[in-house]
Amino acid sequence: MPSLRDYRDRIKSVKSTRKITSAMKMVAASKLKKAQNQAEASQPYASAMAAMLARVAKNVVVSDASSPLLVGTGSDQKHLLIVVTADRGLCGGFNGNLVKAARVKINELTTAGKDVSIICVGRKGRDLLRSGHSNKIAQSFVGIFGTARVEFADANQVTEYVLEQFEAGAFDVCTLIYNEFVSVLTQKPESQQLIPFALPEVAEGEEEPEEEGQVSPYDFEPEEEKILDALLPRNLGVQIFRALLDSAAGEQAARMTAMDNATRNAGEVIDDLTMQYNRARQAYITKELIEIISGAEALK
Amino acid sequence: MENNTIQFELVSPEAKLVSEPVKMAIIPGDEGEFGVLAGHASLVASLQPGVVELHGEQDGVEPRRIFIAGGFADVSADGCTVLAEEAMLVSDLDQSSIEQQISDLREDLDRAEEELDKARVQRRLNLENAKLSAITGKLAAFS
Repeated sequence: MPSLRDYRDRIKSVKSTRKITSAMKMVAASKLKKAQNQAEASQPYASAMAAMLARVAKNVVVSDASSPLLVGTGSDQKHLLIVVTADRGLCGGFNGNLVKAARVKINELTTAGKDVSIICVGRKGRDLLRSGHSNKIAQSFVGIFGTARVEFADANQVTEYVLEQFEAGAFDVCTLIYNEFVSVLTQKPESQQLIPFALPEVAEGEEEPEEEGQVSPYDFEPEEEKILDALLPRNLGVQIFRALLDSAAGEQAARMTAMDNATRNAGEVIDDLTMQYNRARQAYITKELIEIISGAEALK
Repeated sequence: MENNTIQFELVSPEAKLVSEPVKMAIIPGDEGEFGVLAGHASLVASLQPGVVELHGEQDGVEPRRIFIAGGFADVSADGCTVLAEEAMLVSDLDQSSIEQQISDLREDLDRAEEELDKARVQRRLNLENAKLSAITGKLAAFS
């Protein structure tokens, strides 16, 4: 049976663990706030970009001559997966779930006989995928999430690498796998095809209502096709940046939830231990009393 | 038209930088600078690195000059939106550090061996050169 001192030591150590987890929870909460603000601030650009793409797409006839970013290379043999995870752990199933989803995708593609290469964004994904798929990892970007905020320049590094590889013919299809920020409690692994890019569909009858004499047709400078060619790489950058922001916010949310649970669990453990400690103390007192009483009885 | 201003917005991927009504915006299009006034025809244009000039509602006030590193402009009846990857006030640019950058990049360009590296350095060099001419253009205007 453990002594009273053992109980006291264990309670002390769990208490200090709880202090750490609750501090981490608060840090994650404030970082989450920042990440969410940043995601919000990037919204106008993304929506303006989407609006412009839709406008241009309406006026462009997609043909074989269009940019390969749009129509593809005519093959889907070589796949590139961009796997976005966090740089650090202690955030629940955030990294694990994503890597699991990535593995499913990789298996799907390899059993279909495709070639797969991987770009890892985030240290955890790289470390986890190294076991089993180390030969497929083409490039890793580590440390993007380490700083206070994700810069657009960081996303651009990834984008530039992807575009260079695409031009060099290293892959035909590019898919982004990242944790979508659904809510503070939920982050969902999501995969999105980046290359070839699906233009936003313009549904019939959804055309802007023509106000009389108001709506003038759009002028393009230079031609629609050239603008589209210039827009597509930019759009790629925006999509990657958005995924990074989503992932950064999701990471903090997941860490906050995980640390909240850990703090609560630590509280329960402390309660249990305190109960056992009190019982042991009672038993000790009772034992001493019995000894004194029986000693006194023996003297009679 | 009673209202002779146009709503101008400048957004970068990280934030909405400017959102205000202006009398005229001069925008560095790929095929030459163009000015946007209220009632401009709808237009989508790609932009080269250069200076966006915003002329406010009052006359006689120096226009605000903002350097952008290329992007796109979308002009419609609702207003004018400029998407820029990078943007800063011309008055915030520092001439000596840019000149330093340019000479560094020139050296890099000479040393770069792979085609990809060369292209990358050349792009940055063009950008810094555009910054420099944005400043010197302004200095010339003062003298």
